Amino acid sequence: MFDDLRDLYQEVIFDHNRNPRNFRIIENADRKVDGFNPLCGDRLTLYLKMNGDVIEDASFQGSGCAISTASVSLMTEIVKGKTEAEAEALFKTFHEMTTGKDEQVNLEAVGKLAVLAGVREYPARVKCATLAWHTLDAALKNEKQAVSTE
Amino acid sequence: MTQFPIDKIRNDFPILNEKIRNKPLVYLDNAASSQKPNVVIDCISHVYRHDYANVHRGVHTLSVRSTDKFEGAREKIKDFINAESGKEIIFTKGTTESINLVAQSYGKANIKAGDEILISAMEHHSNIVPWQMLSEQTGAILKVAPINLRGELILDEFIKLIGDKTRLISIAHMSNALGTINPVKQIIAAAHDKNIPVLLDGAQAIPHMPVDVLDLDCDFYAFSGHKLYGPSGIGVLYGKQALLESMPPYQGGGDMIRKVTFEETEYNTLPYKFEAGTPSIADAIALGAAIDYLNEIGMGAVAVYEAELLDYATEQAKKIKGLRIIGEAAEKGAILSFVLDKIHPHDIGTMLDSLGIAVRAGHHCAMPVMDFFEVPATARASFAIYNTKQEIDVLMNGIESLIEVFG
Repeated sequence: MFDDLRDLYQEVIFDHNRNPRNFRIIENADRKVDGFNPLCGDRLTLYLKMNGDVIEDASFQGSGCAISTASVSLMTEIVKGKTEAEAEALFKTFHEMTTGKDEQVNLEAVGKLAVLAGVREYPARVKCATLAWHTLDAALKNEKQAVSTE
Repeated sequence: MTQFPIDKIRNDFPILNEKIRNKPLVYLDNAASSQKPNVVIDCISHVYRHDYANVHRGVHTLSVRSTDKFEGAREKIKDFINAESGKEIIFTKGTTESINLVAQSYGKANIKAGDEILISAMEHHSNIVPWQMLSEQTGAILKVAPINLRGELILDEFIKLIGDKTRLISIAHMSNALGTINPVKQIIAAAHDKNIPVLLDGAQAIPHMPVDVLDLDCDFYAFSGHKLYGPSGIGVLYGKQALLESMPPYQGGGDMIRKVTFEETEYNTLPYKFEAGTPSIADAIALGAAIDYLNEIGMGAVAVYEAELLDYATEQAKKIKGLRIIGEAAEKGAILSFVLDKIHPHDIGTMLDSLGIAVRAGHHCAMPVMDFFEVPATARASFAIYNTKQEIDVLMNGIESLIEVFG
């Protein structure tokens, strides 16, 4: 019945929505930033544990739609063990992939995150996918105030 | 009673023939904005092809013709809401501007530090923020009357909040997020006992029921054309003549003046005092055409037909496991706001869209209502004269299928 949506709602997204990874609080987190999407009211809190400039652990709390939950869940998995510079580079690639500005995005570079490429066909949903990454960007830049997708 | 002419009505709205994602459009976002019948679309085109010039300006034929049609629309609106005079009908951009006009004109002239403005907890942002702005400017206090878990105003509490310092009451006639129709006549009677004027935000009520401002005895009534099957960019503020006479102008410019020198300006009479600048002429005339169209159907018949749709939709929705209706007031207009267990409204919106069904997913510009019901957002199906029970079946099947997919 929802054949048209197969590119957007891939099985991996349903899986991460049902069972979000790293859905917990890091008690001794070095960075803690809130992300907010005023369009839909989605809120999340991102926790990072740093070891030098390496992200040792990442987790989140909050609730949102399937796209945003899957996006933040996948993100916390993939950034673990990455340096700040590597994470920022990934954010840039992810942003290009989801906003569709560059058709030549190397999907291999984003690994599992490629399942979110489908949002580029749904402009109203792009912010659902990018909220997690804007929040990470703020956390890496050590910005204290909550970030918003607007 | 004659049969509601649903087939004819559906033929009058050309957009209903659109295919959305290869499916027939099921348009259930009418509380955000309704679609337009041919008579409205053709009217706009006709004005620009045959009748267009600026109004109230020239002696030339087209300006006279344009002015006649523009003022004719004002008279139609006057009759539609049963106002006493066309002077009480102010053209605005829409409900939002109408409310801001009252806040900045009546409010600034009459409301001072320590005075109270009373609204309810179910208001749209456009009936909250203008009063917050006025409160900041004047030092007045914004009071908010509570609602219950069915989404109804708690009338006793509301009446209790009408005090010696209350200077203005502004409340939705019908809630956009919940569908609740408020007991506005009782509120107005209680307010008038203490000589407090009442503004009704009629944006949602006006497309769904007969509105009689004389019978309601409200002091102001604000509504938009675009929810009433008319164009966007045009709306109305009704105000009792004596109140409007006493109020200072809202914006300065052309049309609202009688005489200007660099030393002083003499303001124009009603309604022009509040209509600075060139108005949205064709849109106002086309709003008149929308009203002609609705008068042919009859607003009483509209209310009866839509009540049937809402009853049917509510009945069907209650059969779906995991669906919770937000807003179950005893008095309710044709809006069905709901949430699903573990499925975010945005996912509901996208999934239904893929089936050709347009619903609103979000906070409906009523974030305090969402906070009250402890949901981030809801999905909302809102009905209009062209919707059918068969479309409601398509919606319910869609909801059941997406619940299955999310598992």
